[in-house]
Amino acid sequence: MSELDVLIRAARASGDYDPVLAKLPYARFLGLSAQLEGATVVLRLPFSPILIGNTSLPSVHGGVVGAALESAALLQLVHERGLPFAKTIDFTVDYLRVARAEELYAVAEVQRIGKRIANVRMRAYQDQEHEPVALGRGNFLLG
Amino acid sequence: MSALSYVEQFIRTLPHGQALGIQLVSCDPTLGRCVLSQPWREELVGDPDSGVLHGGVITALLDTLSAACVIARSIRPQATLDLRIDYLRPATPRMQLLGDASCYRVTRHVAFVRGVCHQGDPEQPVANLTATFILQEDKS
Repeated sequence: MSELDVLIRAARASGDYDPVLAKLPYARFLGLSAQLEGATVVLRLPFSPILIGNTSLPSVHGGVVGAALESAALLQLVHERGLPFAKTIDFTVDYLRVARAEELYAVAEVQRIGKRIANVRMRAYQDQEHEPVALGRGNFLLG
Repeated sequence: MSALSYVEQFIRTLPHGQALGIQLVSCDPTLGRCVLSQPWREELVGDPDSGVLHGGVITALLDTLSAACVIARSIRPQATLDLRIDYLRPATPRMQLLGDASCYRVTRHVAFVRGVCHQGDPEQPVANLTATFILQEDKS
């Protein structure tokens, strides 16, 4: 069993996904953190200057918002099914509001899991949970 | 200031683009076409076992690229409306990614972009991209 397998098993039991994210270089680069709340993995991204997309607003880069949405979906799927991580087949982001230079959250809701495919909807928000900055949807190939 | 200088300035001054190492490879203002590069870097890996860059890096590259294509047409995007990425084949680890897209249609309010992400051969794309932008309101 790989080290990641062990960490995922522990995270699925404890609800603390930070030890898993600490092993993923890109998650460390962005500064992602994730905790289980109820049955949902809530992804948290503290603001940092390297995340800025528009300096005059300033705002969080749209690609970072997309990355948070996609990561929320992949973590939610791994929480529900275990490893391996699903592979993204397609992924769409609707940008609804400016993501301000503040903490960002992302959550995912699995709409359907078949034998091979999972369809997932995602939502990114800041201080107002009912005012999402972006919505995502994607199809994921299960391992 | 020419459209090309705007695109160069946009890429050069984008903090997240700089953090990722995104660079402008070429830009054709007539076609609204830009090519950007994203170097392979250890710290951007999503899966430590395969060494493949995280999908978020591709999303950031293609979002940046789409905006650059709109700016190349001498118009100012206000915001990305939506962005869709289809993952066509796995990326090869330890190789740079190239994003190649065009802003192929502009209306009074909206700009449309399509393109690909590849690793040297545009006929073998890693991903397909479509994006739409709402434009800044014409104050004149």
